Amino acid sequence: MLIDRLSSFAADNTTDASRERNLSRRGFLTASAAAGGGLLLGVALPAWTPAAADAGTFAPNAFIRIARDGRVTLVMPYVEMGQGTYTSISMLLAEELEVSLDQVQVEHAPADRKLYGNPLVAGDQATGGSTAVRASWEPMRRAGATARAMLVSAAAAEWQVDAAACRAERGVVIHDASNRRIAYGELVDKAAALPVPDKVALKDPKDFRLIGTPVRRIDAAGKVNGTAEYGIDVKLPGMKIATVAACPVFGGKLASVDDSKAKAVNGVRQIVRLADAVAVIADHMGAARKGLEALAITWDEGANAHLSTADIVAPLAAALQKPGVVGPQAGDVDAAMRTAATTVEADYQLPLLAHAAMEPVNCTVHLRPDACDIWVGIQVAARARDVAAATAGLPVEKVTIHNHLIGGGFGRRLEVDFIPQAVRIAQQVDGPVKVIWTREEDIQHDIYRPYYYDRLAAGLDASGAVVGFSHRVVGSSIVARWLPPAFKDGFDFDAVDGAAGPYDFPNLRVDYVRQEPPAGLTTGWWRGVGITHNAFMVEGFIDELAAKAGKDPVAYRRALLDKAPRARGVLDLAAEKAGWGTPMPAGSGRGVALLFGFGTYMAQVAEVAVGKDGQVRVQRVVCAVDCGMVVNPDTVQAQIQGGIMFGISAALYGAITIKDGRVEQSNFDSYQVLRINEAPAVDVHIVKSNEAPGGMGEPATSAVSPAIVNAIFAATGKRLRQLPIDTAQLKSA
Amino acid sequence: MAFTIKINGTDRTVAVDGDTPLLWVLRDVLGMTGTKFGCGMALCGACTVHVDGTATRSCITTIDSVGTSAITTIEAIGETPAGQKIQKAWLDLDVVQCGYCQSGQVMSAAALLAEKPEPTDADVDDAMSGNICRCGTYVRIRQAIKQAAQSPASNG
Repeated sequence: MLIDRLSSFAADNTTDASRERNLSRRGFLTASAAAGGGLLLGVALPAWTPAAADAGTFAPNAFIRIARDGRVTLVMPYVEMGQGTYTSISMLLAEELEVSLDQVQVEHAPADRKLYGNPLVAGDQATGGSTAVRASWEPMRRAGATARAMLVSAAAAEWQVDAAACRAERGVVIHDASNRRIAYGELVDKAAALPVPDKVALKDPKDFRLIGTPVRRIDAAGKVNGTAEYGIDVKLPGMKIATVAACPVFGGKLASVDDSKAKAVNGVRQIVRLADAVAVIADHMGAARKGLEALAITWDEGANAHLSTADIVAPLAAALQKPGVVGPQAGDVDAAMRTAATTVEADYQLPLLAHAAMEPVNCTVHLRPDACDIWVGIQVAARARDVAAATAGLPVEKVTIHNHLIGGGFGRRLEVDFIPQAVRIAQQVDGPVKVIWTREEDIQHDIYRPYYYDRLAAGLDASGAVVGFSHRVVGSSIVARWLPPAFKDGFDFDAVDGAAGPYDFPNLRVDYVRQEPPAGLTTGWWRGVGITHNAFMVEGFIDELAAKAGKDPVAYRRALLDKAPRARGVLDLAAEKAGWGTPMPAGSGRGVALLFGFGTYMAQVAEVAVGKDGQVRVQRVVCAVDCGMVVNPDTVQAQIQGGIMFGISAALYGAITIKDGRVEQSNFDSYQVLRINEAPAVDVHIVKSNEAPGGMGEPATSAVSPAIVNAIFAATGKRLRQLPIDTAQLKSA
Repeated sequence: MAFTIKINGTDRTVAVDGDTPLLWVLRDVLGMTGTKFGCGMALCGACTVHVDGTATRSCITTIDSVGTSAITTIEAIGETPAGQKIQKAWLDLDVVQCGYCQSGQVMSAAALLAEKPEPTDADVDDAMSGNICRCGTYVRIRQAIKQAAQSPASNG
């Protein structure tokens, strides 16, 4: 999910290597001989930061190694969580390097310290914010083109011909005039000694042979035959399995524990006490869980012992009454409101949400007196290293992170809260220990999507057109906690991202009031980040305005898009493909939502049926997307199909509620998610575009919730301003 | 206590309590990590294996209940005709995303196809609704099961 646009703040990437190596004058890549032979390129993928943090120093965070056998290894900072990044980024490289995709092999960063100099640097870039392809689009192609040019030059020198007379194809340099061919692998050592060319031409998009084609995923085989290795699958000699119970009340501590029964469980080796948790160490998870259930734990529940959801919502409601820090604005909203023919105001709310990724939180630690190894799937490897080092009292260079495929991220693995806990457990265990959270622990000790409580207001003229629009966002600030330097003057750029939609309002004000939940309850990134929350509020409210004006929801939005032709394009396309305006059966309706986020324009039309019992079934979602140049259309499709399901789960069921300081939900029975029998058909329509690529991980999740509530309005006349959908309000029987 | 169970055609003996879930015997005792832990309560299907060909949640299947039944896991499902078809269709349609739930999805789908070579949409919903996918690959799972059902029997 979010975040490498933020990651330069978090970077601590110093690199001596860039000073010693052959650095291109344009400062985007280095080339050198790889240890053990071959050509090694270091590439700096830019961070997408709101406040440009370019210190002017070169710090490669992706590496390309071309070995003497011709194999190309790409070590990159992005992790694969299912979003197809390994495939897409490899395509960018292979396109310009002129190798076939199956010649490229991807490794998790960091990898081999000796081979890559300072591989931990590579972990400093987070994977998130639908940014991986966007950040890599130019530099990864340029790296491929540069390496190709150096290999061609090496071949030309060998043959004593003009490099311009040579070409490259599938990992071979060819001189047609003399019909000579030489494989990359035979050229790498010579190429490594050449200067890095300052100018290389990138292909004209019309000449792409890979980019824009529906290439199959490179990580699929292991995922259908069980051999893919996630963090939870790590096996080490002598490893023990641990499971843990943290104090169920936010911020509470361990008072005492009677472990006599747990110790008697066959296979249980040890009980570990932490300040706020108890862990059972066992030969296998079956024994660890049985041991955990046999513990008699007394908690010191602390200040939050009586906390309820209402205690979190009430301060938000109060904060809504006061002006916030003003963000995007235009014209004079107050004057526009005063002179408007009609004003409309509505409050919208969104609940706390858990991530509930399929792979429960886990972390394997092998701590020795002088070093620490950690096996984990993490979106922020350097942060993981740093917190592990701080907890263990070791220098960071003594901590090695072995990163893995992630069994679903959605923002959860941008957090490292579980790593210090695992290290503390390891401090009391002899040998490696794999700490696995139960599903209950995973849901009850998540870092939750903030509760948002927003107020939207609009002034309409006599024709119903918007003359003024204001949106006050109230919620906790993820940025302030996760990346303090980016939180400036009380303003959280993410919390208000998309708070005015893609629309052109003559008079506009967006303001933000930060209101944090009690200490111990932490909020964090969740798929779609700021846009997910704002699209729900804005698109629901725009629909209200259309209704107030007596206008068709699509036509009403169109009229606000004179300056946003790409937004209008996807809106028109979605409406057309969905058969907008054609009759629907009684109890059914269509709803539309439109957004711009992560560089992508998207419109969705949802079709829902509402039963007499109030149950909502999403039958079909039509999605039109303009995400600029498409690297892999099949990945775009997959991200939209899946993102829609993720959003529907939240719309229909998603809510974390608190009672007596505890999360009331615990597993997939009480924290329901969408199942296949509830899944709608999804039609995806991609607009052809030559604009720079937009992100695809988040927008589909963000657009579907408002489309659903707008469809419910069309079906029932009932306006829902809060999620999850309250079926009681929709009962007609 | 020692139990001898037949996994993927091979007898394996393990010394664990009788109430130990098969899931943890597979993953932690035998090191067969293709079968995944998701919920521990038979709510998500990530741990699905076949017991005498029937899709079964290994997280609530105790080792002492297995007896002489034949256990098949994701590591060997490709050796069955239905498993082979399902895996091929999964690759052809690029079903997977994060992939964590897909061992269980493949196992449930293979059991369905073995029992009903031409499943209806309702059959697919019934057989697959116990398997959660948070990445939301449901559209492709439906397509892949249909494609697998239509594919000719393997001659290999």
